[in-house]
Amino acid sequence: MQPKTLFEKVWDAHVVRPETPETPAVLYVDLHLVHEVTSPQAFTLLRERGLKLRRTGRTLATMDHSIPTLPRGADGKWPFIDAMAAAQVAQMEKNCADFGVELHGLGDPAQGVVHVFGPEQGATQPGMTVVCGDSHTATHGAFGALAFGIGTSEVGHVLATQCLLQRRPKTLAVRVDGALGPGLSAKDLILAIVAKLGVGGGTGHVIEYLGPAIRALSMEGRMTLCNMSIEAGARAGMVAPDDVTFQWLAGRPRAPKGAAWEEAVAAWRKLPSDPGARYDREIVLDASALEPMITFGTNPGQGIAVTGKVPDPAAEADRQVRATLEAALRYMALTPGKPIAGQKVDVVFIGSCTNGRLEDMREAARVLKGRRVRIRTLVVPGSHAVKRAAEAEGIDRIVRDAGAEWREPGCSMCIAMNGDRLEPGQYSVSTSNRNFEGRQGPGGRTLLASPLTAAAAAVAGAVADPRRVLEGR
Amino acid sequence: MEPIKFIETKTVVLPRENVDTDQIIPARFLKVTDKKGLGKVLFCDWRYEAGGAPKPDFVLNRPEAAGCRVLVAGDNFGCGSSREHAPWALVDYGFQAVVSTRIADIFRNNALKNGLLPVVLDPESVRKLLAAPGAQVRIDVAAQTVGLPDGSSAKFPIDAFSKYCLLNGVDELGFLLDQEASIAAYEAKRP
Repeated sequence: MQPKTLFEKVWDAHVVRPETPETPAVLYVDLHLVHEVTSPQAFTLLRERGLKLRRTGRTLATMDHSIPTLPRGADGKWPFIDAMAAAQVAQMEKNCADFGVELHGLGDPAQGVVHVFGPEQGATQPGMTVVCGDSHTATHGAFGALAFGIGTSEVGHVLATQCLLQRRPKTLAVRVDGALGPGLSAKDLILAIVAKLGVGGGTGHVIEYLGPAIRALSMEGRMTLCNMSIEAGARAGMVAPDDVTFQWLAGRPRAPKGAAWEEAVAAWRKLPSDPGARYDREIVLDASALEPMITFGTNPGQGIAVTGKVPDPAAEADRQVRATLEAALRYMALTPGKPIAGQKVDVVFIGSCTNGRLEDMREAARVLKGRRVRIRTLVVPGSHAVKRAAEAEGIDRIVRDAGAEWREPGCSMCIAMNGDRLEPGQYSVSTSNRNFEGRQGPGGRTLLASPLTAAAAAVAGAVADPRRVLEGR
Repeated sequence: MEPIKFIETKTVVLPRENVDTDQIIPARFLKVTDKKGLGKVLFCDWRYEAGGAPKPDFVLNRPEAAGCRVLVAGDNFGCGSSREHAPWALVDYGFQAVVSTRIADIFRNNALKNGLLPVVLDPESVRKLLAAPGAQVRIDVAAQTVGLPDGSSAKFPIDAFSKYCLLNGVDELGFLLDQEASIAAYEAKRP
């Protein structure tokens, strides 16, 4: 038999009707995650066409984008940014009730950022197809699932038919040799990968992350890695499941139990790519050569080592590349050739579907413990489960004692829909995934980094090498 | 959806690479529960001052941009989020096609479902279009060609099924709903 990649195995197992030159494949969806921002018009479509939700058991909803990250007021009301956000949340509740969708909404103990919530419920499992009206659905590929973001029309298609029309994407192997040094994490690795591929370099491809540095990552780290596959233009990123995956999943609410668990694990062990399986493209990186990474520009591919200097457009031979770099530096108001370390920072944001998990909270706490933040610092756990677990370890106290804010779960300042945002001209160091112009508020300037680097910036009040901060230098 | 066979119009040129969906429509406008009227916030932060006054330098605010239905942009248009609000805003504004050397996967899928034609051309053809703002172009969907300002013609790829949907004004959902027997059979044989 022809050796197959992990992607090919998952794809082939979900083809309801194969693609032809005339028609795309009909691909079955095992898990459809739904949130309040990209679903209302899809439910409207169902109502207009008189359609029902096809599979309630495969559809799971939460709320994250529009919701406040401050607790309910003394009057019992949620402090929504405006009436539109409140109306969107109310519409979500109505849509889920009308169509029979299981919703873990505001106030629910399982509520969280959709890509934190799905995995921790055990809903995301190896070998599945997972979709959501959100580009960071790539996160779930950390389990060896084929997971990708879809638009609202497609959300409607999946609600009504549990299927999507898809052309088979190409495959891209990203092999990472060596080992990450101290003070580095999956975030530094993915920022380095996106810098190497470029912000559109993965377009049309599904990435599989391979190699010893990937195997050494925790599940949280693998989720961070796969999460930002889309920042290189790849709709999905995948990591083959192994014992790390199975241990993380065992006992979670929606994971199989007893004999079904043993059976599932046996099937999951067959998912990794076969020896000799071929990819359409392959790139190789050495993790040992990396330094903590930070972005300086207005797309996630514009990353450098925290010990590095802001690139000089004058050194770029290609006119278009130079123009893009100049536009980014103009927006960011950064000086070419100047070291990025020491750059003044106004706000630090630690959270999001990229870095809002327990391990990320622990990393932030490692830096914040016994130190004081010099600037506004928001620490936003990715879900109530993360928040409870962190509080059980005393992380909330460490955060508050350092002078930082410990918030309720949500997307918060990653997307700045809920009022958590930068003021025009402010700089943030953020553990989120996008540094596009205005992403964290109109006129805001975002530098993406790991939780360690973000926490180091919070205590230094400027961009700093987390290794030096941890060593007290 | 209305069938689309030909698009004959002038171009608007946005000579930037990596025009992301946060620029096309900033996230603060995603709190809507319908899709109407988003054209007025298309490219909001590039188009308007914080106080709401139009920025005179932005291309959509120039008088010659009025009535132009094709947007030509630098490489990697539509990168970023999956928000279908991006093509909704472009279509509501009046655009019928977007031309670039590369168009992000999710944006392209979303555009096709809303009658917005994603046109990927070779770098030389896009360079010609970027250099000639306001050029009259003719896009032939069936022939998959764009008539360029210098009289030449460039070919663009489009999935056969998406092309069928555009030419006939039909959407994918009908096709998917017709697959019910295959979907039920697939579900029946799964563990």
